[in-house]
Amino acid sequence: MDIALPALPAQATPAPRGAALASAPATVYDDYATRLFSLAAVLWGVVGMLVGVVIAAQLAWPELNFGIAWLSYGRLRPLHTNAVIFAFGGCALMASSFYVVQRTSQVALFLPRLAAFVFWGWQVVIVAAAITLPLGYTQGKEYAELEWPIDILITVVWVAYAVVFFGTIGIRKVRHIYVANWFYGSFIIAVALLHIVNSASIPVGMWKSYSAYAGVQDAMVQWWYGHNAVGFLLTAGFLGMMYYFIPKQAERPIYSYRLSIVHFWALIFTYMWAGPHHLHYTALPDWAQSVGMVFSIVLLAPSWGGMINGVMTLSGAWHKLRDDPILKFLIVALSFYGMATFEGSMMSIKTVNALSHYTDWTIGHVHAGALGWVGLISMGTLYYMVPRMYGRTEMFSVPAINVHFWISTLGIVLYIAAMWMAGVMQGLMWRNVNPDGTLVYSFIEGVKATYPFYVIRLLGGLLYLGGMLLMAWNVVMTARAGKAPFVPKAMPGLLIPAAA
Amino acid sequence: MDILFLLVPISVLIVFALMALFAWSLQTGQLDDLEREGQRILEDDAPKLDADQAPP
Repeated sequence: MDIALPALPAQATPAPRGAALASAPATVYDDYATRLFSLAAVLWGVVGMLVGVVIAAQLAWPELNFGIAWLSYGRLRPLHTNAVIFAFGGCALMASSFYVVQRTSQVALFLPRLAAFVFWGWQVVIVAAAITLPLGYTQGKEYAELEWPIDILITVVWVAYAVVFFGTIGIRKVRHIYVANWFYGSFIIAVALLHIVNSASIPVGMWKSYSAYAGVQDAMVQWWYGHNAVGFLLTAGFLGMMYYFIPKQAERPIYSYRLSIVHFWALIFTYMWAGPHHLHYTALPDWAQSVGMVFSIVLLAPSWGGMINGVMTLSGAWHKLRDDPILKFLIVALSFYGMATFEGSMMSIKTVNALSHYTDWTIGHVHAGALGWVGLISMGTLYYMVPRMYGRTEMFSVPAINVHFWISTLGIVLYIAAMWMAGVMQGLMWRNVNPDGTLVYSFIEGVKATYPFYVIRLLGGLLYLGGMLLMAWNVVMTARAGKAPFVPKAMPGLLIPAAA
Repeated sequence: MDILFLLVPISVLIVFALMALFAWSLQTGQLDDLEREGQRILEDDAPKLDADQAPP
């Protein structure tokens, strides 16, 4: 197979200082944290998706836990979700937010050493999660499993992250705060708030604590957290990526900047109230479930507004989508965003939820968002940033990006189609009753019928993991072929442009 | 559902904070020339600062 020759390193040799001063002086950006976070995102992506493939295989063939408690599904599943959401997604968000906030503010990072602390602190959190979760230490709250000592570390790192991000906005050289920074900023603040409220617990030992809330109260807080983690981490944060990297890669401004502002405010005003749709037909009061359902349906409007805004950025330049594999990642990610938000709004309707709840349809829905939207937009963004972190304009192999795109897309389609079919089938089997009121199918019959779909899902996951491995190879080769651009020490008033 | 005595006030406070932030962005000229702002990120190699976009 022929691999494209590496593109000429465009910025590998630094311009002489005299020249830099004579022409328009460029702001010196601090990309240490962005570079490391980008590499970490790829590494944790591979790890998190590998664990996902393992547990997908365990669902089809339960013997694959080999009787070892550490490898059992119940312990590896939270490891998978934490690794892909907070390690892969979190690192990609932190890398891109530091990249974007500097370039849109035309200023170097505020407190770059604190940014380095954010990187290393976050890695400690990830490693601690990777050790404690297989050992069985958990608070038992979905997406918030980590025990209290790690929760405290997360809080410290997150506050440092917020100081660096908002500090950089505070010292910006452009008065307008670009819309991507609004999305990143809302993600940082919301996650801090959610984490503190939901993780409140009473420790009874080093690795054991009890939630500060009980019963249905705990459930309500958990899904207020859970849905807003989806809304602000997995949606708003990645929309920040979308609003910077799609215009940059397409070399066109966003279709409607005005719409992007409306998108932002509409989204953050409605998201906070949608959580109860995770608790339909539970002990949660009926009216609270209905409120959650109504806000979830309203959410469709800003979500689709944002999706259309991003896709239409290519209006009049659709040929770029054919030629540029990075744009394929970014635009197809948006179409999965549109699909998943439509599906989510529909599934929050109680009548639909009566069929879909607790089935694999939910898993299919989550992965349409996770693999399709979050995964693809992160990969496109990393393919944009990584070469620039190493003084190049392109990845080591552009054809490999294209191959990655196609196998990931195929993997997603296999995955979500299998889960849709499995989910609807399970829902119909479970609710099927004989005239005398007894169930037509026992639970195990539903499990048996799901087996082929679990195998297809595993195949989809393997393809997606394969794409990620190809990306890891491409990133390593890019990093080895290029080198971090020479960054002169910032000299105030000399290299940083004086105020206009 | 005592938890609502926590979650509802938090949500209401957030909404007020967001409204204040939106008012701030309106009054400080964040939204004055929106189409120009969409263009600007494409110029970061040779940043052009308009007179009204001097450091805050």
